[in-house]
Formats: sequence, C-alpha cells, structure tokens
Amino acid sequence: MARAVTPAHKATVTFFAWAIGLLIFFPILWTILTSFKTEAEAIASPPSFVGFDWTLENYSTVMERSNYFLHFLNSVVISVGSTLIGLLIAIPAAWSMAFVPGKRTKDVLMWMLSTKMLPPVGVLIPIYLIFRDTGLLDTRTGLVIVLTLINLPIIVWMLYTYFKEIPVDILEAARMDGASLRAEIIYVLTPMAVPGIASTLLLNIILAWNEAFWTLNLTAAKAAPLTAFIASYSSPEGLFYAKLSAASTMAIAPILVMGWFSQKQLVRGLTFGAVK
Amino acid sequence: MGRIVLEKVTKSFGDVNVIPPLDLAIEDGEFVVFVGPSGCGKSTLLRLIAGLEDVTSGRITIDGRDATELPPAKRGLAMVFQSYALYPHMSVRKNISFPLKMAGLDPAERNKRVEAAAKVLNLTDYLDRRPGQLSGGQRQRVAIGRAIVREPAAFLFDEPLSNLDAALRVNMRLEISELHNSLETTMIYVTHDQVEAMTMADKIVVLRAGHIEQVGSPLELYRNPRNLFVAGFIGSPRMNFISGAEAAKHEAATIGIRPEHLAISKTEGIWKGTVGVSEHLGSDTFLHVHARELTQEPITVRSDGEIDIYHGDTVFLSPQEDKVHRFNQEGLRLS
Repeated sequence: MARAVTPAHKATVTFFAWAIGLLIFFPILWTILTSFKTEAEAIASPPSFVGFDWTLENYSTVMERSNYFLHFLNSVVISVGSTLIGLLIAIPAAWSMAFVPGKRTKDVLMWMLSTKMLPPVGVLIPIYLIFRDTGLLDTRTGLVIVLTLINLPIIVWMLYTYFKEIPVDILEAARMDGASLRAEIIYVLTPMAVPGIASTLLLNIILAWNEAFWTLNLTAAKAAPLTAFIASYSSPEGLFYAKLSAASTMAIAPILVMGWFSQKQLVRGLTFGAVK
Repeated sequence: MGRIVLEKVTKSFGDVNVIPPLDLAIEDGEFVVFVGPSGCGKSTLLRLIAGLEDVTSGRITIDGRDATELPPAKRGLAMVFQSYALYPHMSVRKNISFPLKMAGLDPAERNKRVEAAAKVLNLTDYLDRRPGQLSGGQRQRVAIGRAIVREPAAFLFDEPLSNLDAALRVNMRLEISELHNSLETTMIYVTHDQVEAMTMADKIVVLRAGHIEQVGSPLELYRNPRNLFVAGFIGSPRMNFISGAEAAKHEAATIGIRPEHLAISKTEGIWKGTVGVSEHLGSDTFLHVHARELTQEPITVRSDGEIDIYHGDTVFLSPQEDKVHRFNQEGLRLS
C-alpha cells in the first residue's frame, strides 16, 4: 500500500525542502547582493537586504582594474581543454576496464582513486619545480596538463560505472554484425553512453572551473583563470567585500548558467547508481 | 554454405576446464541443437564457434577455412542472443540494416534488403519504432531480422526463446523452423529445453559437463539413448528407471521404460502399484504410480485423457517388452 500523504504532511515537507534549499543558496545570494552595495554598506551592521542604494560601481571598478575576459578565457580553455583531453584518455581506459577486465582491474581502479587521497600540497613543490624547469609555469598548457591529470581518476571512474551498465551482449552483437572495434565504439558504445559521457563532461568542467589550489599556485598573470581573479580581490591590505563579491559573481555566473541549462544531465550524473 | 568442424577444441577459464577435447562436425544446412542442463558448456561452445570466446586449444573450420583465430566479424556467422541485444538507440530499420552498413553496402541496397526481411518477419509496420516500443516477440523478430539480412554462412541461436511466454514460445519455435526450411542455412541452436530440441532439430548434441554424451537425430536419441543421462534427458515426461531384481530379470543393472510404453490396467498386469498424483492435460493423463517393490521414485505412466482411474486406486502396469531400455553398471546402453 502506498503511504498516505496528508496535506499537512505535504506542506511540512515542502516547507523544509524550501528552507534547506534557501539555506544552501543563501551564500550565493548574499554574494550577489553584496556585489551591488557600496563598500560601506557591505560591512554595515545590521546588514540590509534590499533597502540599500543599488550600484554597479563595483563591477566597473573590477572591470577597470582587471582583465576579466582574459581570466574568463583562461578558465574556459583550462576547464574545457582538460576535460576533453581527459575524456579522450578515459573512454578507452574505462572501455577496457568495463568490458575486458583483467585480474588487476579492480586494483588499478582503486589505485587511480587513491591518488585523489593524497593532499595536493604534498606534491606542490616537485610539480612546481618541474613546471619551472620545463617552462610551464603560468601557461594554459601547464594548467590543462595538471588539471587533466588531477581529474582523470574521477572521469575514468564515472565512465567506468556508466559503461558497466551497458549490457555486454549488445557489444557482442555488434561484433557478430561485423563491426570493428572502432565501429563498435563509435556506433554502439558511445551513443548508448552519451548521457553518461555528457554528465561526466559537465561535472568535470565544473570541477576544473572551480579548482583553486593548482590554478593559484602555478599561475601569475598570463594564464590565471577566474579563481585567481577572485583571489586577487582578497588582498592582505584590507578586504573589499563588495568588490570581492562582484568578482566572485562574475566568476561563478558562467558556470551557474551552464549548470542551469544542463540540470537534467547533471542530476542524473550526481545521483547515478542511487536507484537501480 | 555453412559446414562447421570442431577438432579437439578445448576451453579453460583459468584452472577450470569447461570444454575437454571435443570433436564435432556440423553439415551445411543442418539444424543442430545443443542441449543439456545449465552449466553443461553449451553456450560456451556456441560462443567458441561465434568467436566471442577464444579456444584454449584445437581448431575450428568454417567451410574448410581455418577460423580459429578469426575475430567474430570475419567468420560470416550471425547470432541471436537470449536478451535480443538490440541497439536501443536505433530504430528497427537501423537495427536490421546495421550489419549491412558494417559490410559496406550502399543505402539503396540496404533498404531493399531490410524491407524484404521486414516483410518475411511481419515487421513492416514497426520499422521506424525503437526496440523499447516493441513487445518481446517483436523484439525477437527484429533480432532474427538482423541476423538474416546479411545472409550468413550459419545462424547461431543462444536460448532465443527463454524470455518469451509459453504461447509465444511455441509460435516462435514454428517460425524459426519455417525460416530454416525456407533459407536452408545451417543453424546452431542452444537450449536447455528438450522439447525445443526434439521439435526443431535435425541433429541433437546432448552435452554434460562439456562432454558430448550423444549426437543423433531426435528419434535416434529417443529410441536408442546411449546412456542413462541421455535416456533421462530426452523425452517428456522423463523415462522411468528401475534397478535391482526387476532389472536383473532383463540381464541389466538398470532398465528404463518411457511413460508412453507402459500399459495401465485396474485388473491385470505385471507390476502392481498405487496411483498417486495424476496430471490431467485433457489430451493425456500422466499418472504417478507408487510401486515400492520396484523403485522408490513414482513411476510415470502416460495414458489417454479420459481414463477412469483415480488417486489411491490399485493398478497394474505392463511394459511393452520391445521398448524396454537396458543399461549396464556404468550406465551404458546394452543392445
């Protein structure tokens, strides 16, 4: 028998759902609101919600002081580039682990994940030195390489779980139908895995977009993405909350819009495997 | 053409030897059924022929050509899977034409062949649907369509009917048999259902633990099973086995008598027993008779549908002497 849902019960659940949703969204909302305040209003106590003088002054200052479009472009190149290269490496890797597993496949998967358990700061100095000696410091190429490597375990794991869901019979049928390995991957595996590949792609773009440790430590000006752009407004000489908020808003806006339009794919990606 | 020969083929998974050295010849145009209990290696054998598994040792030739090392795509065989294994993202038309596309045929020719296959299989109205929008029987037909369009040297069927309901299974069985009659192409069919084996096969291969127990036409296996395993496996309901004194009278360790070769009477006969459960099928009645002096298992008797015998009745059974199968201590047939 289905559980009875009384109107009161439903109202309570709805109320709490909204409350939790707003609580999670609040910091972002507050950042956006603060970005439209003057510096004085930004630190005013008690803070005002909407009853302040709305101003675009922070945005114009930020645009004047930094080259937003350069950072934006860097972010796009680094996140999209590292994700695409990651996918190119991960699709064949996940294919072989899912469909022709060997004795050590599980170990390899665990080993790959274990690299994510290492605190990045532990390898910062060696990587910094390698980058310095190879001239990769403050280059987009360098960041694409490092972010590809950082996120590769996650890409492989996600694709592996998606591929595991595809019945082997169908791939074998393709083989019987005369498909070469290439044709099998292009015409059968990939189309069936498109939802999985799409959510992996989106999630990794977001991860790479927000990655701050390596992007901050390995860049100075030329290749600095939006994370470094935000950081440049939290200077030790005194925080300018309103300008920092404006910079943050400008940094998260593109990814927020992308996330909004790809919600369906993302939700499937994030809750994947929860119900089967 | 489709003559398939297996010479000393073996298959091991790690330390487990699933197929011991095995020899088998399948003639062009034959309908061969591999039958056996689950885990007997029948599907593995089919997959070895398909090329989906590599043989551990031995040789497989198709039409005289050594195919042992050939990938599945190069063997010229088509396979129908138990799960249908249709491409869910393609329409029925694209599913059926996929092997033709892989073979590099031009679109006009592909379309012609797909339309022809669809007509044979009553799929014309469904060509633009996706597999998800079809019933089980229709999906099975699409899988068969995908196999026939490329005119393979042989068809391989891996328990194709086990996902269908009983009525549909009988229909599809007939359709596959008819297909075999019209195409006259070699077909290898794997099933655990001995009724499918008996009704469809030209030649049955009975397998147990990777060994071939017997190869022969359905009636040969029915009439002259080589050992107790085949005798018990082929025929429905299964053969009754009696050992001990009664078997010794026939100079055998065990005798077997099929339910349809026993006469039942309330008044006279050779073996006395009590009727237990009777199964009334309308056309036939299967009576399970307890005769404890002969065997602990109830003896199954096939009788006509209108028989006037009930639970608890004392009855007499008389075997047809010329239909009694005799087996020695090792379970092998005594002629």
